[in-house]
Amino acid sequence: MAKRIGSDVICLPNAPVVRGAAAVGTSMEAKGPLGAELDHVFRDAKVGAETWEQAESRLQSEAVRLAIRNAGTTHDAVQLLLGGDLLNQCMATSFSARDLHLPLAGLYGACSTMALSLALAALLTECGAVQTAVACTSSHFCAAEKQFRMPLEYGGQRPPTAQWTATASGAAVVCADGRGPRIEAALFGRVEDYGVRDSANMGAAMAPAAASTIATFLRDTNTQPRDYDMILTGDLGSVGSRLLEELLEKEHGVRLGGVHADCGLMLYDGKAQDVHAGGSGCGCSAAVVCGYILRRLREGTLRRVLFVGTGALLSGVSPLQGETVPGVAHAVLLTNGEGQA
Amino acid sequence: MKISNSEYKKMTARASKPSDRMLGGLRAFLIGGAICAFGQGLSDAFLSAGLSTESADLLVMLTLIVLTSVLTAAGVFDKLAKVAGAGTFVPVTGFANSVVSPAMEFSSEGRVLGTAAQMFRIAGPVLVYGSAAAVVYGFFYWLFR
Repeated sequence: MAKRIGSDVICLPNAPVVRGAAAVGTSMEAKGPLGAELDHVFRDAKVGAETWEQAESRLQSEAVRLAIRNAGTTHDAVQLLLGGDLLNQCMATSFSARDLHLPLAGLYGACSTMALSLALAALLTECGAVQTAVACTSSHFCAAEKQFRMPLEYGGQRPPTAQWTATASGAAVVCADGRGPRIEAALFGRVEDYGVRDSANMGAAMAPAAASTIATFLRDTNTQPRDYDMILTGDLGSVGSRLLEELLEKEHGVRLGGVHADCGLMLYDGKAQDVHAGGSGCGCSAAVVCGYILRRLREGTLRRVLFVGTGALLSGVSPLQGETVPGVAHAVLLTNGEGQA
Repeated sequence: MKISNSEYKKMTARASKPSDRMLGGLRAFLIGGAICAFGQGLSDAFLSAGLSTESADLLVMLTLIVLTSVLTAAGVFDKLAKVAGAGTFVPVTGFANSVVSPAMEFSSEGRVLGTAAQMFRIAGPVLVYGSAAAVVYGFFYWLFR
């Protein structure tokens, strides 16, 4: 049974298993350093659909189908889909759940949704409410630009601090038992606001939440960064990653050292691809975790990864109304399962 | 020790690489200048073809608007603008692009509530305050002429 330790960490003694996972993207993501880790690559951002929004839905349905296949289970065995995206009213998820015809709990955590959905899937399987759950998220560059920023063909310039919304999706099948990487603990983050007003600098808006979540997790579990193979944030980009390290050191006296990695800096090649401060979007951390990270955990090349999904909380109107951009970060402890009896 | 918002603002400024203003300014000057020189060339051509100054000015504007619209539709204009910045934004080219690009983007929501309704979402403020300024200017012109 799940057990709370310290102030915010929820320990999962039975450690639910990620039986299988899948990541999908487009040729843009395939050109990145993790291109070979994608389970399916769509030729272009249209994904054969009429609209960008439909395209995002297709990405998500495909990721879920492939994850179910990779888990060696069946569609009928899935009892709950925990999913979210960045579109208004989470419509990419609603339409993919309509096509998949699975019970849906729609989630919104901005770019932190992959960690949020994994944490909830783990809790629900741990307590026996669900035998098999699928956690999934997606994002689409064109759909996000259209909704949050400017039309695609508009001749504007993106500042160097801007991040590139990944056109990608990831899904993970979480079961109460079986073989595979395990989810040993989870933490639902507190919303942190350090007064950032620049919606083109999401990394800066999210770094305080990531710092707070990581510091709390380490304190509650009485661990150090060196106890992990990787502390993986998603997606702070280059600006947010630097601020995270500074914040942890100044506010909490924690030095991340070499264990910190960021999904936004892993999915794309910052030098060759025009992504400015790095990747972002629910699909970015979803693709990195469901593709690369879970595979390495399964193989045993990684053993303990603290995945901290970070989200910038804003809507199309909130910055116009003079509101700041708060951030939230949820954490899940992913292990290769060897610590388990 | 919690870092104050003002201290965090300074940390953010240090961590955020600014745009290269010298290079950006130079590119905007060269490309914007080239567009203006092209417009002047057009104007001279129209004048030498025997058109009045008024008609020539109007035709220059129309030509630039049509060219920008075609380049926007072809997906080329945004790539040029990425390099040119204010060089393509300030002349009438920027205005044309800001009308055509949302019209294209929102075509998936239909001709009426998509294309037509969203067409002026960027240019709208320019039209509103441009017209308002023209009324004020007109009033004073009428008063003091």
